[in-house]
Amino acid sequence: MEIFDKQIRMTKLFLPGKYENLVKISEFVRLAANEAGLDAVSTYEVETAVEEVCANIIEHAYGKENVGDIECTCEVRPDELTVILHDWGKSFNPAKIRPPNLNAPLKKRHAHGLGLLFIRQWMDEVHFNFTAETGNFLTMVKHKEKVG
Amino acid sequence: MEITTSSFKHCDLLKIKGRIDSATAPQLEKTIQALTNHSRFRIILDLKELEFMSSAGLRILMITQKACRRYNRGELVLAEVPDVIKSALELSGFTQLFKFFDDPLSAVGNF
Repeated sequence: MEIFDKQIRMTKLFLPGKYENLVKISEFVRLAANEAGLDAVSTYEVETAVEEVCANIIEHAYGKENVGDIECTCEVRPDELTVILHDWGKSFNPAKIRPPNLNAPLKKRHAHGLGLLFIRQWMDEVHFNFTAETGNFLTMVKHKEKVG
Repeated sequence: MEITTSSFKHCDLLKIKGRIDSATAPQLEKTIQALTNHSRFRIILDLKELEFMSSAGLRILMITQKACRRYNRGELVLAEVPDVIKSALELSGFTQLFKFFDDPLSAVGNF
């Protein structure tokens, strides 16, 4: 089983879904990103993606703060970081979220959909998995950038 | 997040330190509203010491820019934006919505 592979180090953080906890999740993910050898820019990108996922869990899956928990799992491999976010709230269909129009004039611009844009653009792999029995899982992978 | 406000004759300068996320964005929104409620629509955000900004922060920037530009009464401009935050602004298509300055004094001089 993969979990016994010495090349993988797994850490978990389990916190109530409230906005003041986002900074703790961010710090937790930053440590894992450092361990995986990601550079400062990649680390910032992962932190942003995780932040956006967690804010969406609180706002949309649970509907508000202090309704349910968030479990964040980091799997560190020599050249990549996998972050799995797990919640037990309402599922959503990512295909139904309309991408923001980034070229619209200011008057017609909306901030909706920007979080998902960061998640998709800044992570190398994004997988959604929703089941009624086990809750919602979002798995994201960031590879270490190759030098040269 | 820490916000330090300096008022000039024609504009207000807000230095923001730390993180703008879903937890702290309401505080920034309130601080800006305190200015716009007093018809202060020329605002500079100095982001030199900003470590992190999520889409919750981008939302505030957009709302503020819409309020300031209305009736041509002012503008929100950004100064000393760190590279990682600039790349988030670029990805969101925000760079064409704001003027950027390398230092806060030239931003003040813009007004």
